[in-house]
Amino acid sequence: MKKLPPVDVVLVGFGWTGAIMAQELTDAGLQVLAIERGAWRDTPTHFPPTTAPDELRWYWRKEMFQSNARDTLTFRNNRDQVARPMRRWGSFLPGEGVGGGGVHWNGQTWRFLPSDFAAQSHNTARYGALPEGMTVQDYGVTYDELEPHYDRFDKLCGIGGKAGNLRGEIVEGGNPFEGPRSAEYPNPPMHMTFSQNQFIHAARQLGLKPFPGPSANLTRPYVNPLGAQLAPCSYCGFCEKYGCGNYSKASAQTTILPVLMRKPNFTLKVQNEVLSITRDNTGRRATGVTHIDLDGNRYEQPAELVILCAYPLSNARLMMLSGIGEVYNPATGEGLVGKNYCYQVMAAAQVFYDDKFTNGFVGAGALGAAVDEYNGDNFDHTGLGFIGGGYIANWTTNARPIETHRTPEGTPTWGSQWKAAVADNFLTSTTVGAHGASMAYATNALDLDPTYKDAYGQPLLRMTYDFTPNDRAMARFLSARATDIARLMGGREVKVVLRDGPYDSMPYQTTHNTGGTIMGTTPANSVVNRYLQSWDVPNLFVMGAGVFPQNAGYNPTATVAALTFWAAAAIRSQYLRNPGPLVQA
Amino acid sequence: MATGDWSRRHVLAFTIPATLAAAATPGLARTIRGHVPWTPGRVDSPYPFDGARFLTPQERRCVSAMVERLIPSDARGPGAREAGVIDFIDNQLAGFYGRGERWYMQGPFGPSTPEQGYQFEEPPAGFYRRGIAALDSACRERHGGRVFADLDAATQDSVLAAMEKGEFELPDGVPAKAFFGLVHENAIEGFFCDPLYGGNRDMVGWRLVGFPGARYDYRPYLDHNGQRVTLEPVGLKGGPAWTPR
Ligand SMILES: Cc1cc2nc3c(=O)[nH]c(=O)nc-3n(C[C@H](O)[C@H](O)[C@H](O)COP(=O)(O)OP(=O)(O)OC[C@H]3O[C@@H](n4cnc5c(N)ncnc54)[C@H](O)[C@@H]3O)c2cc1C
Ligand code: SF4
Repeated sequence: MKKLPPVDVVLVGFGWTGAIMAQELTDAGLQVLAIERGAWRDTPTHFPPTTAPDELRWYWRKEMFQSNARDTLTFRNNRDQVARPMRRWGSFLPGEGVGGGGVHWNGQTWRFLPSDFAAQSHNTARYGALPEGMTVQDYGVTYDELEPHYDRFDKLCGIGGKAGNLRGEIVEGGNPFEGPRSAEYPNPPMHMTFSQNQFIHAARQLGLKPFPGPSANLTRPYVNPLGAQLAPCSYCGFCEKYGCGNYSKASAQTTILPVLMRKPNFTLKVQNEVLSITRDNTGRRATGVTHIDLDGNRYEQPAELVILCAYPLSNARLMMLSGIGEVYNPATGEGLVGKNYCYQVMAAAQVFYDDKFTNGFVGAGALGAAVDEYNGDNFDHTGLGFIGGGYIANWTTNARPIETHRTPEGTPTWGSQWKAAVADNFLTSTTVGAHGASMAYATNALDLDPTYKDAYGQPLLRMTYDFTPNDRAMARFLSARATDIARLMGGREVKVVLRDGPYDSMPYQTTHNTGGTIMGTTPANSVVNRYLQSWDVPNLFVMGAGVFPQNAGYNPTATVAALTFWAAAAIRSQYLRNPGPLVQA
Repeated sequence: MATGDWSRRHVLAFTIPATLAAAATPGLARTIRGHVPWTPGRVDSPYPFDGARFLTPQERRCVSAMVERLIPSDARGPGAREAGVIDFIDNQLAGFYGRGERWYMQGPFGPSTPEQGYQFEEPPAGFYRRGIAALDSACRERHGGRVFADLDAATQDSVLAAMEKGEFELPDGVPAKAFFGLVHENAIEGFFCDPLYGGNRDMVGWRLVGFPGARYDYRPYLDHNGQRVTLEPVGLKGGPAWTPR
């Protein structure tokens, strides 16, 4: 193994969190090296408008995502089953290559509710003890502490939206339930289309307060605080699962790299996979990482600070492969790495029109309208049998014909009747979707697979996951609320879509995998402290949604980014002056 | 190139051969410092239809017959046959998809649940081969020596319906439901994909549903207000309307 010259900071993975961290720490004057296992990617070479709108290639042949051939994970619903490898992606789509999942996200950019950060204490205070087996806990950081960092991400990306709570004052037209914002969104909301207008009208009839979905698809030309220029979104309908050809979707490429890549104290290594975190013989200090290039050469990269930015699944796996912390064992309840794996619980109602066209191809990743009455603890849960909730929204993201064909109840899946139903409803239907929280349970967890190995002979990550009683009760409730709205949207008929069986790893749901490296208030309940610093190894930090103790009823990335800015600020203002634990155990 | 009619736009754009682009992007340094490593005129190009085939003529007959029942040519217009779905599938099976190059194909293979997805030893091409042989042999046994392609349409439909429900036993341990599922998935891909890949010929799939294809700017239509937006479809290589034949 070749030993390389030391650096101040090594970042493992170079997606959203890696790029933000690199920008912040190079600004502090540190020598930063990011190691990314995928290839370099830029807009004109890898997703210009001449190749971006290609459904088969990017989504169905999965060219946009991590290759399963080298590394995947194994999956089972419960501990009585033998986990089998996800031989191809289905339910979620981890990114690979510069920009990570941020290249192919939708850009639905939500903040969590203040009470989401205190899910355990807030809910027990209001409703009494949590049910047996539910392992929900507080984040250890508050909304108010994160607010300035949410604001930075909004401005970095040029988020379009309408504030509903400006410094404590409720503003008409925005989300009245959100935590107080220090500033209005930097850009106006997306341009609502027919479906959103129907949704808004229906929601108002029910006494709800609809508002435009917050969007990282740019609504006008924008220069961000770093000086990067973004262009208006053209509603191309190839957004989520695709790269943007217009510089219109906020991503590492469009918001940070034009500046970061030119800095002399930043180095990026691509097509190199990090295999482990190395430590000195006390075990309390990380000495760097080992990595391997495509030709099989192995390297040792010494660093003063190691920061995992490799997405929750890879972050947890690297901790396990490196033997840092104890792997969670659901049988005994011992160990913390891999604990509280959570996801996102979705439900939907589809609306079919006779003579109105929704023209879904006139769409964008974050073109939508939403209501938040049924999210978090915005409503009384007494007697409902669950905690948490979700937003209900009507998004018009696409009419991509391999992926999206809604057909009315009772339509066969092939043959002439199917073909006619697809043709008749393709441009005349829409979906009201509920995007629900996922509360942690003792039974859902990540660990290392005992059998299956990656291309380098290291064990794959193993996921044990099923929907929980809380999820099922919540999904039924949200689905009924979504259906109420859908029925008032003026369609011919409404079809309820509720996944009632076991969690299925194949149909796409969301790439919102959370937990496994959770944050918290003591080393007894968490892997990292409130600054995302490892309790065991203080010069190791872990970014990403893996630190969420449980997932809220929102898309994760704004919170992931805010936590990254928050951790970076703590490193800059406290850790660099006095390297060591930022929270005393 | 099968059709050989690349527009000038694409000749300029797709300069890296697909095989190279997919590999280690040679020529691009893996350690990047002090600049944005962008090279003018370089585009990471797709793997278009190249005419290569995997299936034997007998196998092709079977898959053709299947996809033509799944997406029939009927009163609503062209189906899988006119769209060239069989050419698409055959070409995909002959390429990286058929070989499962981006899939995790290491063993062991063992009993699995439906929620665990594809768990067969063969990548898609091999699974097709085994599935077709099993289907034809089951049909021969149950239908007087006739293979699937020789059955009448109604009988084919009942066989497919039983396969879909998992109620059609196939020999050689082939799970009928999973085989049906893969052919069904690939048929829809071939009917609706960009014509670059050999399916959706003359954009018949897109025309059927009113999808305008690989356009990139719909801002003029945002205020459609529920009225139909009708646009001639275009593909990555342009539209039939632009391409002299
Ligand atoms: C289709 C889709 C739609 C989405 N839509 C939304 C949305 O609307 N709103 C929202 O909030 N979120 C959305 N997301 C989620 C969003 O993409 C992620 O939250 C975000 O990208 C996470 O950032 P990250 O830095 O943690 O990981 P990533 O951005 O994925 O970056 C991780 C990087 O680490 C690299 N890596 C992994 N392991 C290693 C290793 N061992 N060595 C070296 N490198 C490694 C990977 O290759 C990758 O590039 C969506 C995701 C998908 C897939
Ligand atoms: S919808 Fe807008 S932001 Fe998304 S890829 Fe298309 S142009 Fe880019």
